Amino acid sequence: MEHIPILRMGRCLLVTIQVDMHDRLAMTLQDDLTARISDVGAKGVLIDISALEVVDSFIGRMLANIANMSRVLDAETVVVGMQPAVAITLVELGMSLPGVRTALDVEKGMRLLNAAIGDVISGSGHEAAGERASSAE
Amino acid sequence: MSVATGPDIVITRQMVRTWAVDAGFGLVDQTKIITAASELARNTVEYGGGGTLQIELLEDGRRRGLRLTFADQGPGIANVEQAMRDGYSTGSGLGLGLSGSRRLMNEFSITSELGRGTRVVATRWKP
Repeated sequence: MEHIPILRMGRCLLVTIQVDMHDRLAMTLQDDLTARISDVGAKGVLIDISALEVVDSFIGRMLANIANMSRVLDAETVVVGMQPAVAITLVELGMSLPGVRTALDVEKGMRLLNAAIGDVISGSGHEAAGERASSAE
Repeated sequence: MSVATGPDIVITRQMVRTWAVDAGFGLVDQTKIITAASELARNTVEYGGGGTLQIELLEDGRRRGLRLTFADQGPGIANVEQAMRDGYSTGSGLGLGLSGSRRLMNEFSITSELGRGTRVVATRWKP
Protein backbone atom coordinates (compact mmCIF):
# COMPACT_ATOMS: atom_id res chain seq x y z
CA MET A 1 0.00 0.00 0.00
CA GLU A 2 1.13 3.51 -0.84
CA HIS A 3 2.16 5.83 2.01
CA ILE A 4 3.45 9.39 2.36
CA PRO A 5 6.66 9.27 4.42
CA ILE A 6 6.56 10.74 7.93
CA LEU A 7 9.90 11.87 9.34
CA ARG A 8 10.60 12.24 13.02
CA MET A 9 12.74 15.07 14.31
CA GLY A 10 12.93 15.23 18.08
CA ARG A 11 9.36 15.50 19.31
CA CYS A 12 8.15 16.71 15.92
CA LEU A 13 6.81 14.85 12.92
CA LEU A 14 7.54 16.23 9.45
CA VAL A 15 5.56 15.48 6.32
CA THR A 16 6.27 16.79 2.84
CA ILE A 17 3.49 16.06 0.41
CA GLN A 18 5.08 15.87 -3.01
CA VAL A 19 2.55 13.96 -5.04
CA ASP A 20 -0.94 14.74 -6.27
CA MET A 21 -2.73 12.57 -3.70
CA HIS A 22 -5.77 10.53 -4.54
CA ASP A 23 -8.40 10.51 -1.82
CA ARG A 24 -7.45 7.18 -0.30
CA LEU A 25 -3.81 8.21 0.02
CA ALA A 26 -4.92 11.37 1.84
CA MET A 27 -7.00 9.28 4.25
CA THR A 28 -4.04 6.94 4.78
CA LEU A 29 -1.82 9.89 5.65
CA GLN A 30 -4.40 11.13 8.15
CA ASP A 31 -4.52 7.70 9.83
CA ASP A 32 -0.73 7.22 9.73
CA LEU A 33 -0.09 10.63 11.26
CA THR A 34 -2.51 10.24 14.15
CA ALA A 35 -1.06 6.79 14.89
CA ARG A 36 2.50 8.14 14.85
CA ILE A 37 1.62 11.12 17.07
CA SER A 38 0.32 8.75 19.70
CA ASP A 39 3.14 6.17 19.22
CA VAL A 40 6.02 8.58 19.69
CA GLY A 41 4.25 11.15 21.86
CA ALA A 42 4.90 13.85 19.28
CA LYS A 43 4.22 17.42 20.37
CA GLY A 44 4.36 19.04 16.95
CA VAL A 45 3.41 18.19 13.36
CA LEU A 46 4.67 20.14 10.37
CA ILE A 47 3.05 19.53 6.99
CA ASP A 48 4.75 21.04 3.95
CA ILE A 49 2.34 21.49 1.04
CA SER A 50 4.55 23.74 -1.09
CA ALA A 51 4.59 21.15 -3.88
CA LEU A 52 0.80 20.93 -4.03
CA GLU A 53 -0.67 22.81 -6.99
CA VAL A 54 -4.24 22.05 -5.97
CA VAL A 55 -5.91 21.72 -2.59
CA ASP A 56 -9.57 20.85 -3.02
CA SER A 57 -12.20 20.44 -0.31
CA PHE A 58 -11.15 16.84 0.34
CA ILE A 59 -7.49 17.66 0.98
CA GLY A 60 -8.55 20.79 2.87
CA ARG A 61 -10.74 18.71 5.11
CA MET A 62 -7.88 16.24 5.65
CA LEU A 63 -5.60 19.10 6.78
CA ALA A 64 -8.28 20.40 9.15
CA ASN A 65 -8.88 16.87 10.49
CA ILE A 66 -5.18 16.33 11.15
CA ALA A 67 -4.97 19.66 12.98
CA ASN A 68 -8.00 18.80 15.13
CA MET A 69 -6.98 15.22 15.85
CA SER A 70 -3.44 16.20 16.77
CA ARG A 71 -4.79 18.88 19.11
CA VAL A 72 -6.86 16.25 20.88
CA LEU A 73 -3.67 14.15 21.14
CA ASP A 74 -1.81 17.12 22.67
CA ALA A 75 0.21 18.04 19.58
CA GLU A 76 0.30 21.24 17.53
CA THR A 77 0.04 21.21 13.74
CA VAL A 78 1.42 23.80 11.33
CA VAL A 79 0.74 23.70 7.59
CA VAL A 80 3.47 25.46 5.62
CA GLY A 81 4.21 26.58 2.09
CA MET A 82 0.74 26.99 0.64
CA GLN A 83 1.03 28.54 -2.82
CA PRO A 84 -0.80 31.88 -3.19
CA ALA A 85 -3.01 30.58 -6.04
CA VAL A 86 -4.03 27.67 -3.81
CA ALA A 87 -4.90 30.03 -0.95
CA ILE A 88 -7.04 32.24 -3.22
CA THR A 89 -8.85 29.21 -4.61
CA LEU A 90 -9.44 27.57 -1.22
CA VAL A 91 -11.07 30.69 0.20
CA GLU A 92 -13.25 31.12 -2.89
CA LEU A 93 -14.22 27.48 -2.64
CA GLY A 94 -15.48 28.25 0.85
CA MET A 95 -12.72 26.75 3.00
CA SER A 96 -10.65 29.08 5.11
CA LEU A 97 -9.20 26.22 7.21
CA PRO A 98 -10.32 27.49 10.61
CA GLY A 99 -8.26 26.05 13.42
CA VAL A 100 -5.29 25.26 11.18
CA ARG A 101 -2.08 27.14 11.93
CA THR A 102 -0.12 28.12 8.85
CA ALA A 103 3.29 29.56 8.07
CA LEU A 104 4.88 30.69 4.81
CA ASP A 105 7.79 28.25 4.83
CA VAL A 106 9.34 25.38 6.78
CA GLU A 107 11.67 27.64 8.76
CA LYS A 108 8.86 29.94 9.95
CA GLY A 109 6.69 26.91 10.62
CA MET A 110 9.37 25.31 12.78
CA ARG A 111 9.79 28.55 14.69
CA LEU A 112 6.04 28.66 15.29
CA LEU A 113 6.00 25.06 16.51
CA ASN A 114 9.01 25.67 18.66
CA ALA A 115 7.40 28.66 20.30
CA ALA A 116 4.19 26.71 20.83
CA ILE A 117 5.68 23.59 22.34
CA GLY A 118 9.08 24.56 23.66
CA ASP A 119 12.08 22.33 23.23
CA VAL A 120 11.30 20.51 20.01
CA ILE A 121 14.34 21.01 17.86
CA SER A 122 17.14 22.01 20.17
CA GLY A 123 16.19 19.46 22.79
CA SER A 124 17.33 21.96 25.39
CA GLY A 125 14.30 22.61 27.48
CA HIS A 126 15.67 25.51 29.50
CA GLU A 127 16.70 27.64 26.57
CA ALA A 128 13.50 27.05 24.68
CA ALA A 129 11.45 27.83 27.76
CA GLY A 130 13.42 31.04 28.24
CA GLU A 131 12.88 31.96 24.62
CA ARG A 132 9.19 31.38 24.93
CA ALA A 133 9.01 33.51 28.05
CA SER A 134 10.85 36.40 26.43
CA SER A 135 8.86 36.26 23.23
CA ALA A 136 5.67 36.44 25.24
CA GLU A 137 6.62 39.80 26.67
CA MET B 1 -12.71 10.50 -20.53
CA SER B 2 -14.16 8.14 -17.98
CA VAL B 3 -14.52 9.38 -14.39
CA ALA B 4 -15.37 6.32 -12.35
CA THR B 5 -12.78 5.72 -9.62
CA GLY B 6 -10.73 7.61 -7.04
CA PRO B 7 -7.58 7.63 -9.20
CA ASP B 8 -9.69 9.04 -12.08
CA ILE B 9 -10.12 12.20 -9.97
CA VAL B 10 -6.33 12.65 -10.04
CA ILE B 11 -6.24 12.01 -13.80
CA THR B 12 -9.05 14.55 -14.24
CA ARG B 13 -6.95 17.18 -12.44
CA GLN B 14 -3.95 16.41 -14.66
CA MET B 15 -5.98 16.48 -17.90
CA VAL B 16 -7.74 19.72 -17.00
CA ARG B 17 -4.41 21.30 -16.04
CA THR B 18 -2.95 20.46 -19.47
CA TRP B 19 -5.98 21.99 -21.20
CA ALA B 20 -5.97 25.10 -18.99
CA VAL B 21 -2.26 25.68 -19.63
CA ASP B 22 -2.71 25.19 -23.39
CA ALA B 23 -5.64 27.62 -23.37
CA GLY B 24 -3.31 30.26 -21.90
CA PHE B 25 -4.93 30.68 -18.49
CA GLY B 26 -2.81 32.29 -15.77
CA LEU B 27 -1.77 30.36 -12.66
CA VAL B 28 -4.65 31.47 -10.42
CA ASP B 29 -7.26 30.71 -13.09
CA GLN B 30 -5.64 27.33 -13.78
CA THR B 31 -5.82 26.51 -10.09
CA LYS B 32 -9.48 27.52 -9.88
CA ILE B 33 -10.47 25.45 -12.92
CA ILE B 34 -8.53 22.38 -11.76
CA THR B 35 -9.98 22.63 -8.26
CA ALA B 36 -13.54 22.94 -9.61
CA ALA B 37 -12.89 19.93 -11.87
CA SER B 38 -11.63 17.96 -8.88
CA GLU B 39 -14.79 18.71 -6.88
CA LEU B 40 -17.10 17.85 -9.76
CA ALA B 41 -15.18 14.67 -10.60
CA ARG B 42 -15.52 13.53 -6.98
CA ASN B 43 -19.28 14.15 -7.12
CA THR B 44 -19.49 12.11 -10.32
CA VAL B 45 -17.63 9.22 -8.69
CA GLU B 46 -19.26 9.34 -5.25
CA TYR B 47 -22.84 10.29 -6.01
CA GLY B 48 -23.24 9.55 -9.71
CA GLY B 49 -21.70 6.09 -9.57
CA GLY B 50 -19.16 7.12 -12.19
CA GLY B 51 -19.59 8.98 -15.46
CA THR B 52 -17.74 10.92 -18.10
CA LEU B 53 -15.93 14.23 -18.54
CA GLN B 54 -15.82 16.16 -21.76
CA ILE B 55 -13.38 19.09 -22.05
CA GLU B 56 -13.85 21.75 -24.73
CA LEU B 57 -11.81 24.75 -25.73
CA LEU B 58 -14.20 27.57 -26.67
CA GLU B 59 -13.46 30.51 -28.94
CA ASP B 60 -16.12 33.03 -29.77
CA GLY B 61 -13.92 35.48 -31.65
CA ARG B 62 -13.32 37.81 -28.74
CA ARG B 63 -12.40 35.45 -25.96
CA ARG B 64 -11.33 31.99 -25.09
CA GLY B 65 -12.82 29.63 -22.54
CA LEU B 66 -12.66 26.14 -21.18
CA ARG B 67 -15.85 24.14 -20.73
CA LEU B 68 -16.12 21.05 -18.56
CA THR B 69 -19.10 18.75 -18.89
CA PHE B 70 -19.54 16.02 -16.29
CA ALA B 71 -22.32 13.53 -16.98
CA ASP B 72 -23.43 10.45 -15.11
CA GLN B 73 -26.31 7.98 -15.25
CA GLY B 74 -26.61 7.81 -11.49
CA PRO B 75 -29.62 8.28 -9.21
CA GLY B 76 -29.91 12.00 -9.93
CA ILE B 77 -30.45 14.85 -7.47
CA ALA B 78 -33.90 15.21 -5.92
CA ASN B 79 -33.56 18.90 -5.09
CA VAL B 80 -30.94 20.70 -7.17
CA GLU B 81 -31.50 24.03 -5.44
CA GLN B 82 -30.82 22.44 -2.06
CA ALA B 83 -27.77 20.56 -3.40
CA MET B 84 -26.29 23.86 -4.60
CA ARG B 85 -26.36 25.32 -1.10
CA ASP B 86 -23.13 25.67 0.88
CA GLY B 87 -22.83 22.97 3.49
CA TYR B 88 -25.57 20.72 2.14
CA SER B 89 -24.45 17.13 1.68
CA THR B 90 -26.12 13.75 1.56
CA GLY B 91 -22.72 12.08 1.84
CA SER B 92 -19.76 12.44 4.13
CA GLY B 93 -18.34 15.57 2.52
CA LEU B 94 -18.50 19.21 3.52
CA GLY B 95 -21.15 20.15 0.98
CA LEU B 96 -18.84 22.53 -0.87
CA GLY B 97 -18.46 20.54 -4.11
CA LEU B 98 -21.26 22.07 -6.17
CA SER B 99 -21.56 25.47 -4.51
CA GLY B 100 -17.79 25.93 -4.32
CA SER B 101 -17.08 24.89 -7.89
CA ARG B 102 -19.82 27.25 -9.10
CA ARG B 103 -17.95 30.11 -7.41
CA LEU B 104 -14.70 29.05 -9.10
CA MET B 105 -16.19 29.07 -12.60
CA ASN B 106 -17.88 31.85 -14.63
CA GLU B 107 -20.83 29.85 -15.96
CA PHE B 108 -22.40 26.91 -14.26
CA SER B 109 -25.48 24.85 -15.03
CA ILE B 110 -26.77 21.64 -13.63
CA THR B 111 -29.57 19.41 -14.89
CA SER B 112 -30.64 16.30 -13.10
CA GLU B 113 -33.38 13.76 -13.48
CA LEU B 114 -34.22 11.26 -10.76
CA GLY B 115 -33.18 7.78 -11.81
CA ARG B 116 -31.64 9.09 -15.03
CA GLY B 117 -28.52 10.98 -14.02
CA THR B 118 -26.92 14.38 -13.62
CA ARG B 119 -25.14 16.70 -16.01
CA VAL B 120 -23.01 19.64 -14.89
CA VAL B 121 -21.63 22.13 -17.41
CA ALA B 122 -19.06 24.60 -16.07
CA THR B 123 -17.17 27.19 -18.08
CA ARG B 124 -14.42 29.64 -17.25
CA TRP B 125 -13.49 32.41 -19.66
CA LYS B 126 -10.01 33.77 -20.01
CA PRO B 127 -9.96 37.39 -18.85
